[in-house]
Amino acid sequence: MSILVYVENIEGDFKKSAFEVVSYAKAIADQTGDSLTAISIGQVADENLSKLGNYGASKVLNVQNEQLKNFVNKAYGSILAEAAKSEQAKVVVLSNSFSGKGLAPRIATKLNAALADGAIELPEISGDTFKLKKSAFSSKAFATEELTTAVKVIAVNPNSYEVKETGGSATIESFTPSLNQDDFSVIVKEIVRATDKISLPEAEIVVSAGRGLKGPENWGIIEELAEVLGAATACSKPVSDADWRPHSEHVGQTGIVVSPNLYIAIGISGAIQHLAGVSSSKTIVVINKDPEAPFFKVADYGIVGDAFEVVPKLTEALKKFKNS
Amino acid sequence: MFKTLIIMKILVCISNVPDTTSKITFTDNNTAFNSNGIQYIINPYDEIALAKAVELAEGGNASVTVINVGDQSTEPTIRKALAVGADEAVRINAAPRDAWFVANQIANYVKENPVDLILTGRESIDYNGTQVTAIVAELLNLPSVSIAKKLTINNNEATIEREIEGGKEVVSTSLPVVVGTAEGVAEPKIPNMRGIMSARTKPLNVIEPIDVTVLSKITGYESPTPRGAVTLVDAGNVDELVNLLHSKAKVI
Ligand SMILES: Cc1cc2nc3c(=O)[nH]c(=O)nc-3n(C[C@H](O)[C@H](O)[C@H](O)COP(=O)(O)OP(=O)(O)OC[C@H]3O[C@@H](n4cnc5c(N)ncnc54)[C@H](O)[C@@H]3O)c2cc1C
Repeated sequence: MSILVYVENIEGDFKKSAFEVVSYAKAIADQTGDSLTAISIGQVADENLSKLGNYGASKVLNVQNEQLKNFVNKAYGSILAEAAKSEQAKVVVLSNSFSGKGLAPRIATKLNAALADGAIELPEISGDTFKLKKSAFSSKAFATEELTTAVKVIAVNPNSYEVKETGGSATIESFTPSLNQDDFSVIVKEIVRATDKISLPEAEIVVSAGRGLKGPENWGIIEELAEVLGAATACSKPVSDADWRPHSEHVGQTGIVVSPNLYIAIGISGAIQHLAGVSSSKTIVVINKDPEAPFFKVADYGIVGDAFEVVPKLTEALKKFKNS
Repeated sequence: MFKTLIIMKILVCISNVPDTTSKITFTDNNTAFNSNGIQYIINPYDEIALAKAVELAEGGNASVTVINVGDQSTEPTIRKALAVGADEAVRINAAPRDAWFVANQIANYVKENPVDLILTGRESIDYNGTQVTAIVAELLNLPSVSIAKKLTINNNEATIEREIEGGKEVVSTSLPVVVGTAEGVAEPKIPNMRGIMSARTKPLNVIEPIDVTVLSKITGYESPTPRGAVTLVDAGNVDELVNLLHSKAKVI
């Protein structure tokens, strides 16, 4: 028996969330006494694949095929289910990323497995029963889910499990799945990735701004602050609704849910629907000119003041701090 | 010249969820959701799916059916979907138990009543699974896109923009396809008086569920632990904030 972990690559590289899921799967393997096999699909160089050993994988299955260059959930789902069977995997772990969300249910369906998506902690394991904590009601609560099927699929939220280096090494094997042409009916036409931008769900620091910024022309101060912090930028719903910022930056109950180490909310009132998407952030800083803004009630640190004055000063202070 | 009219059949899957302003509490020793005093609404992402379907049907060459897996208490939500512009509704008469259960009911309906396009919301705001879209697709052996930001249909082909980390991806596929809609696909529609009146007489068919083994269950809930009181820093003293973030919170 084994634990199988699928590691997503972005243009041949593994991002932090890939190492997070390997570390997570390794912790399960240690508890169940199984070996950990990682599987990668796409064009990834051997030197990158072998890095996975350092996080606990003892074997890496490499699936390389021109047809699999782009992610297609149906095809990837078939391959991962096939690998899970040939590896006799009792748990399949992957990232609850945008692609993972389309992939995990397919794998689970093929394997007759229960699926826990959005896992934020390691499972509590007793025999064949896994208990898993996940966020529910848009972060307004946590639910404990019980999985009892023989095979289980777990999709782990980005940024919720710490990467752990083990100093181990892995053997790389190529894996040749049987491809079903019927699985390739979705054709990828174009991929646009802003390489200079930090992906919001994975970001460790998020600088977010709301209607208090008055208009899109004022986002310069937000971007400068984000830049010194190496942070991703985000916004409240009315801001993306008004097209001041793209929808991909909208956080909250109906937007992206984030759980960074540091969330800085600037000119955002803290409506319940906004808080739903950000309240699991480890540290929250609020900058708002209204001392009665509800956001202060859920913040760790706050500055009551005008964003147009405070934010540039904060950026300067951080620059000074970074250079000292 | 006569043009043959091909009517595209669209199925929109809607779930009935607590209003976004709801205070979430639990009963029975934290094992059940406390629905006391809760207002229910169409899941906001499903409203986007519904609005898109109604938009696609505007020219008269598509029909829109909404489907909900729920007990009788969900009918006001279903009527609202009809008021927004769906032509007919189907309710599978069972309380939704998990995503697997719901997806199987929907897939079973589609096997008997084939459609060209299945729309779901990207996730429901209660249990926050993103599972129904892809399970339905897998059960029906169809392609799917889980988090769509744009959707256009041209003849028999769907072009879909989906969200990826730090960017977007544009894909195309021929119908039928299952699409999970997110913001950007359409603006939710508010029903008008005529819609509300006509919704009363639109067909709402109740179908009994099929037997499905539930694969997972929720054994308990917790509410998040509240944060301590906020530490306020003077607006003139941002260095102090930097210091706190570094030495106390240890996040920079
Ligand atoms: C179904 C539904 C779903 C929703 N989903 C979401 C969601 O996912 N995400 C979301 O964000 N919202 C969501 N909302 C909207 C939400 O209810 C609020 O309307 C929204 O979050 C408010 O955005 P805001 O804080 O940017 O704007 P406002 O509420 O207008 O707040 C602006 C804030 O800026 C402050 N301010 C003004 N000028 C300055 C200045 N110069 N310096 C400093 N501060 C200043 C003000 O004091 C105020 O607190 C949803 C609503 C509904 C009904």
